[in-house]
Amino acid sequence: MTVKEFIDKLLRRQPASAETAKERLQLVLAHDRSDLNPELLEQMRREILEVVARYVEIDLAEGDVSLETEDRVTALVANLPIRRPIAQPAKVETSEQQPAQA
Amino acid sequence: MSTTRTILICSGKGGVGKTTTTANLGIALARQGAKTVVLDADFGLRNLDLLLGLENRIVYTAQEVLAETCRLEQALVKHKQEPNLALLPAGNPRMLEWLKPKDMQAIVALLERQFDYVLIDCPAGIEDGFKNAAAAAREAVVITTPEVAAVRDADRVIGLLNTQGVQPVQLVLNRVRPKMMSNQEMLSVDDVTDILALPLLGLVFEDEQVIVSTNRGEPLTLSDSSSPAAQAYGNIAQRLQGEDVPLMDPSQARRGLRAKMRKLMQTRIF
Ligand SMILES: Nc1ncnc2c1ncn2[C@@H]1O[C@H](COP(=O)(O)OP(=O)(O)O)[C@@H](O)[C@H]1O
Ligand SMILES: [Mg+2]
Repeated sequence: MTVKEFIDKLLRRQPASAETAKERLQLVLAHDRSDLNPELLEQMRREILEVVARYVEIDLAEGDVSLETEDRVTALVANLPIRRPIAQPAKVETSEQQPAQA
Repeated sequence: MSTTRTILICSGKGGVGKTTTTANLGIALARQGAKTVVLDADFGLRNLDLLLGLENRIVYTAQEVLAETCRLEQALVKHKQEPNLALLPAGNPRMLEWLKPKDMQAIVALLERQFDYVLIDCPAGIEDGFKNAAAAAREAVVITTPEVAAVRDADRVIGLLNTQGVQPVQLVLNRVRPKMMSNQEMLSVDDVTDILALPLLGLVFEDEQVIVSTNRGEPLTLSDSSSPAAQAYGNIAQRLQGEDVPLMDPSQARRGLRAKMRKLMQTRIF
């Protein structure tokens, strides 16, 4: 690294590109390995939240469903903060009326 | 069953160093006394012959052998300086269509009768060319560079090798630039091995001598070159043979260079 490059880096406070590369790779590989594109993943996320919302009251804004990968094993990780259980779980047929989107 | 090691040298992405690795490993293994054949499965765009300096000596290909218009011995091109090494082109560019996985298996079965190592230089991509080449392989070495596109493509290939039951699959990280790594402007060795989750067979530094040796058609491992890439390929060959050779350390490489410079400056010329 020349002095000029070093100063540039300091001033712009850019993160080193290797870190960015690693993060981008991990994300894209999780999708590649599971054969799920972001659109499908988003659809799955919505459906999972819908189902879960029938049983417990969850924070939809906080709810997060994502793919994580380690050692070539990809996991679907759902992180759904529960506010409180719903007293009577709704029946599947009534799912249309569930205020999951509320 | 034969004890021949039939190893696919593959990468997914083109231009990351498959052919360079095949040529250098082939020569290095041969010099270590192993009877080795390099099979050019990338015959649509063949250049293994060129890297080995054998481009003017090819008469037949594996296709003629299978069609029984020539004997295997006639198609094998023996390296003059290193007679333990032979080259066999799988076909020539006009024959792209003929090769099927079973043809590849038949060729390799013939080669396994007389060689200790069969190294298959795989075409880029994950289509038929790759599948044909992979059909005959028992194990694989995946080549990648520390760049996002190469690592991503390597990951695809590793997935396919796993489903085909090719085992073991090991990694060679090529074109490592120690200075960029230490500045964290290049994926580190650990980053790549963590992401791909493969055992590291070796790392090869970016080295101008690779290009010089390509110009001459004399792989670096042919002479006792002290260039970093030559050392790296020699080490990889030894590891393949089961020897325990420590990996190069990119951060030490730089220090080594600085130490050399210091020594050089201290040397009195007069
Ligand atoms: N370690 C290295 N240092 C410098 N140049 C390299 C190195 N490895 C490969 N190259 C160069 O990269 C290019 C592609 O290499 P090649 O072996 O033909 O790749 P592939 O067979 O995967 O397409 C060639 O020009 C080669 O000289
Ligand atoms: Mg090639």
